[in-house]
Amino acid sequence: MRIRFPDKKWFHEKMAGLGEEMSRLEINELERKWLFVSVAMIGLFVGAIVVTAAMHGVHPPSHVETIDSASLHLSQEFAEDKLGVQPEPLPDGSLQVRLVAGRYGFYPREIEVPAGRRIVFRMASMDVLHGAHIPMTNMSTMIVPGYVSEVVSVFPKPGEYPMLCNEYCGLGHDHMWSKVTVVAQENWRAPATGGKQP
Amino acid sequence: MNDATTTRLTLFNFWVAFGAFGLACFFGMYQVLERSGLFAFLQSPAVYFASVSTHGVLMAFVLTTFFIMGFGYYTAAQSLRRPVWNPQLAWAGYGVCVVGVVLAAVPLLLGKASVLYTFYPPIQANVFFYIGATLLVVGSWFWCAIMLVMFAQWKKDHPGETVPLPMFATAANALLWLWTSLGVALESVFQLLPWALGLTDTIDVGLARTLFAWTLHPIVYFWLIPAYIALYCYVPQAAGGKLFSDVLARTAFVLILVLGLPIGFHHLYMDPEQAAGWKFLHMVGTFAVAIPTLLTGFTVIASLEMAGRRQGGTGLFGWIGALPWKNPMVLAAILSLLMLVLGGFGGIVNASYAMNAMVHNTAWVPGHFHLIFAGTVVTMYLAVAYKLWPELCGRKLYSEDLPLVQLWGWFIGMVIMTTPWHVLGLLGQPRRISSVQYNSVLTLSWDPYEVAMVIGGLILLGSACLFVYLLYKTQAAGEKVEARVEAADDSAPWAPAWLNGFALWNRLILVLMALSYGYPILQFFLLKTHSPTAWGY
Ligand SMILES: [Cu+2]
Repeated sequence: MRIRFPDKKWFHEKMAGLGEEMSRLEINELERKWLFVSVAMIGLFVGAIVVTAAMHGVHPPSHVETIDSASLHLSQEFAEDKLGVQPEPLPDGSLQVRLVAGRYGFYPREIEVPAGRRIVFRMASMDVLHGAHIPMTNMSTMIVPGYVSEVVSVFPKPGEYPMLCNEYCGLGHDHMWSKVTVVAQENWRAPATGGKQP
Repeated sequence: MNDATTTRLTLFNFWVAFGAFGLACFFGMYQVLERSGLFAFLQSPAVYFASVSTHGVLMAFVLTTFFIMGFGYYTAAQSLRRPVWNPQLAWAGYGVCVVGVVLAAVPLLLGKASVLYTFYPPIQANVFFYIGATLLVVGSWFWCAIMLVMFAQWKKDHPGETVPLPMFATAANALLWLWTSLGVALESVFQLLPWALGLTDTIDVGLARTLFAWTLHPIVYFWLIPAYIALYCYVPQAAGGKLFSDVLARTAFVLILVLGLPIGFHHLYMDPEQAAGWKFLHMVGTFAVAIPTLLTGFTVIASLEMAGRRQGGTGLFGWIGALPWKNPMVLAAILSLLMLVLGGFGGIVNASYAMNAMVHNTAWVPGHFHLIFAGTVVTMYLAVAYKLWPELCGRKLYSEDLPLVQLWGWFIGMVIMTTPWHVLGLLGQPRRISSVQYNSVLTLSWDPYEVAMVIGGLILLGSACLFVYLLYKTQAAGEKVEARVEAADDSAPWAPAWLNGFALWNRLILVLMALSYGYPILQFFLLKTHSPTAWGY
């Protein structure tokens, strides 16, 4: 097939044709206005989301990082003695929490974190699909076998928070939850080693 | 009036669709009872998850696919005024779909396919479940082919004429389904089937989820378009008016087709295997596809207002009272639109890039999609059945009042059931649990809402049973009449070529699909991924 590059004449003809077609279209004036209102409304929503995402750096957990779920226990990061709240804070002062999700629990089963501090959760599944959610907070992520999930949250108020599995993972799924205790900043002490919590 | 073959095709498809619907409502009722925790003897995760899987497959795959096929054959023959092309092929497709449903039903009911209706590898179902689901999709492609051939033949025989709106929308839906079912077909053929047959040991879950997301959102438009066809082509007439604008109706269908296809990613917002940039892009697309829905709402309401004023309604709201509320099609349209508004609000929260984290996988989500699917879509399917049944059976509808009772029941039940789900979702209750086992104070606040959910479920089950009973009684004992149903208004005004065919739109879709899924799928072949093994039953 020969490719014909559109020239100026072709373009003018096309445009004239389109203009004529548009003028023949029967679109009600009111409906035309509503079309503009709809587009403007959607633009406003998207605009608001763009601003929060760009200004506050709010993004969903999207850490494209792979890991072999079958050998988590041998890995550098998710071996049993390296789980839980990490003794050393990250360079920016955030705390890091490493969890393994497996039927039917998040391991370690209990963790204690300080209020008001930025916490970076890193999680991996050792078997099937799971989801982690601390109700009424933005701490939420899917845990897909083969990938590391990373999600950042801050808990403003001390209290007991359950961390629930919110993705169907088998017949014991109803029982899959772990305890997150948030304590006031001044009452919190960093653990001496990983793996033992609290 | 359609010929005998078309009538039989439509009826056979509708029987399966509404049979599945009635059955699925019993599963749904069991689920709200089990979930409420009020009846200890019902508690069983094994039965619950088998029930959820069956309910989802029956409603989302069986009811919809068979209804859409039956309605498509009827619409094509009616609006194009020609018999269904190649009825043997149509029956073959029907047979393939039915065999698929039976094959999938056996493991589902035995609890060997409790993978919910979204499949969820690496939990593995019995291989017959995957084979059955695949056959259902393959059988529906026969229908797509027939619709597109009829569309093309009519255009060839009527050069320069505009395709009637119902057929234009039906062809758009057939195209949409071919495009979108490809994602799940690829997952099935290259991942699930070889894996379930034991030919491969592991499965790339990230890739499987991405391919499923390709199908997972546009499939909603596949279900929605027939409801929109009823709203555009039946409702204005039923209300005693006419459609506001044919051209904008076409525009809405084209926009749904083009914008609806490449946006499934927002189901992966909380997934780790796709990067934020791609999620952001799909978020913008998701919001854009709200435009045709806003257009539809406006057009239908405007058409209703014109009809109401023509019947003597005055003032700002007087036309609402003047509408023929006793006409099932009009009542269904009003209730549908109400639920579309409520559900649409929830959808905006789901679609929001960051806000989604609060409600992801909580009871909010089934609250939202029950309003949109079971509310908006199914309500219009019910109204279509009331309109077509007398014509298909040659008998008068068994009762004039009971359909109204049934539709009101469906609406009230749906509102009572989904409102607590929205609240429970905000309180963090996960959607896919059979009972609350968390030993935490938080869960005490969930209890009162579960009672409301059971009441809503009871009303819905009653309404569904009444619907099936009415269809049965009409067919078995309705007064015989020479069916005279006025055809949908299919006089089409002039429309330009790009609103009378899909050549341009198909090319545009190809480009958009490549842009939005090209790299996100390719990455699984470029990254070093690790695939887990199967976890079976
Ligand atoms: Cu789990």
